[in-house]
Amino acid sequence: MATRTGSRHGELGLTDERMLEMYYYMLLTRRLDERLWLLQRSGKIPFVISAQGQEGAQVGAAFALEKGVDWVVPYYRDLGTVLVMGMTPREVFLHAFAREGDPSSGGRQMAHHWSHRRWNIVSGSSPVATQVPHAVGIALGARMQGKNIVVLTALGEGSSNQGDFHEALNFAGVHKLPVIVHVQNNEYAISVPLRKQLACQNVADRAAGYGMPGVVVDGTDVLEVYRVFREAVARARRGEGPTLIESKNVRLTAHSSDDDDKTYRPREELEAARRRDPLATTRQYLYEAGLLDEAREKELEDRVRREIDEAAAWAEAQPHPSVESMFRHVYKEA
Amino acid sequence: MPVMQFIEAVRETLRDEMRRDERVFVMGEDVGRRGGVFRATQGLIDEFGEERVIDTPLTESAIVGVGIGAALTGMRPVCEIQFADFIWPAMNQIISEAARMRYRSNGDWFVPMVIRAPFGGGVHGGLYHSQSVEAHFAHSPGLKIVVPSTPYDVRGLLRSAIRDDDPVLFFEHKGLYRAARGEVPEGDYTIPIGKADVKRDGTDITVFSYGKTLHFCLEAAEQVAHEGISAMVVDLRSLRPLDEETILRAAARTGKVLIVHEDNAFMGIGAEVAALIAERVLFELDAPVMRLCGPEIPAMPYSAPLEKAYMLSPEKVAAKMRELAAF
Ligand SMILES: Cc1ncc(C[n+]2csc(CCOP(=O)(O)OP(=O)(O)O)c2C)c(N)n1
Repeated sequence: MATRTGSRHGELGLTDERMLEMYYYMLLTRRLDERLWLLQRSGKIPFVISAQGQEGAQVGAAFALEKGVDWVVPYYRDLGTVLVMGMTPREVFLHAFAREGDPSSGGRQMAHHWSHRRWNIVSGSSPVATQVPHAVGIALGARMQGKNIVVLTALGEGSSNQGDFHEALNFAGVHKLPVIVHVQNNEYAISVPLRKQLACQNVADRAAGYGMPGVVVDGTDVLEVYRVFREAVARARRGEGPTLIESKNVRLTAHSSDDDDKTYRPREELEAARRRDPLATTRQYLYEAGLLDEAREKELEDRVRREIDEAAAWAEAQPHPSVESMFRHVYKEA
Repeated sequence: MPVMQFIEAVRETLRDEMRRDERVFVMGEDVGRRGGVFRATQGLIDEFGEERVIDTPLTESAIVGVGIGAALTGMRPVCEIQFADFIWPAMNQIISEAARMRYRSNGDWFVPMVIRAPFGGGVHGGLYHSQSVEAHFAHSPGLKIVVPSTPYDVRGLLRSAIRDDDPVLFFEHKGLYRAARGEVPEGDYTIPIGKADVKRDGTDITVFSYGKTLHFCLEAAEQVAHEGISAMVVDLRSLRPLDEETILRAAARTGKVLIVHEDNAFMGIGAEVAALIAERVLFELDAPVMRLCGPEIPAMPYSAPLEKAYMLSPEKVAAKMRELAAF
């Protein structure tokens, strides 16, 4: 299909089909996320930590990568990222229900600790920012093997105060490694607001200290995100080194299912955040571009709901890991 | 057979492994031109270039964390922590990440990396260039911990560590680097990780040790042999996994057990060895298990007399051996 001139996505070289696919992934991420909350509130799963408000940043970024070739080292909110990179709703639910077939951890880790070897999605832990040096090392290892890959890693702005973040960016800068570090700024680290987290205005401002470009992008604008990540990916593939990208996002939920944000977050602020909801603005864009109307939107919503219903029911019916499995994979097995 | 220094054994093994396998590379602070502050990597940069002998920024957490990432792609990083005392900034990467990667991904991801670190005192290093850190790591499943005491063991065990698919901490006592010499056969031999070595046979008492204090035990065994005490000396070599079979057999053989290490005693390797023996061969014992370890102070003082008082010696070990034999 030819790309259309005169539209924003067309100017970026995205076909109408691809643009709709972007929206599909944003919608899938949102509806899956909402379903996870329902399951948590009804006592079926113990824990949720949301991607809501960050779908634009995640899907836009992941669309700039080559699935199955490039690597991602995600953080707990990266539901949209891992879906685009190849994880299926069934697999997301297997992980959430901690079932035997969970490709992320075999039911060992808390939910939202994504991993999928087949898709180069690398297992993470719970201490924040530890994954950033891993991403840098993956880029180093791949370069030593002559593989032209790009590594995307992500974290929150609060986590960008950890030593590992600084150590890793400096390392990547010195060695000019093909890494993109995506700080998904949603203005809160649990309850701590931005002004108590950073002494500088933007996390991206720190990039100069590591000898790499620092880019600020509106994370609610999936096309703009795609544009800056595509540039960073091209830069990385040309061997010009790492990029630090900070997307400015909204957080539409509490930090996690264990948090109550009413204690620290004014309701008016949340209302304002909702007006910047990336799903709503992208939907609006599609209507204006003539790619979506009510009938087609309903069709898409129905399709996503069916997929989620099917996946959730299927995953819940899968067996729990056996107790014996607990003792496996401590070391390599003979 | 050629005779080698301990540090030469480290260097030559790194060289051999880098020649043998392109995936093996070294990184750390000053490992390039300088060849490491102890010169363990001296000359490697001339042969392998700065792409495989990587001088890193001064960042322990990143040295280990980046190593983990490289290992995830199938490379075989050998990361050097300049002194074990400076490993703490990397603790989170070692315990939370390297040790758990295989487990937490249900076997999908694993970290074939080696972390080398010089440890131990008696070299006028004061509090922060003398520490023994092994017990902190030995507590964590997912890690392998190796402490060789001879050039022969260095070669066999470092080869195994580099070829191992799990993260291995390889602790080298810096007091042995130039002091320990020994015969090393030519050729590509390995020593399996997890096997202790009976370095001296005996019938009256059994002494377990590793690292530099192992040599004190061997010297002490010579001393007390003249007094009619026959001491068996077992080099643990691998602290995780421990060679339970050899430990239990050696303990049962004499019924009298002494455990010697430079690290302080509390919750240390000796405590684990003692518990193992108590659980499994208690009725073979003729005396309470004894320990001779470093003192319970935070770290080694700099002053020469204080350092001497801190360190074990063949004389101190011999005195403890006599006490045990007389029990
Ligand atoms: C090292 C460490 N300290 C504390 C925590 C607990 N914790 C989990 S998420 C979080 C806030 C992270 O905020 P941010 O990086 O801004 O990401 P966000 O959750 O807002 O996306 C904290 C403090 C942790 N996981 N790791």
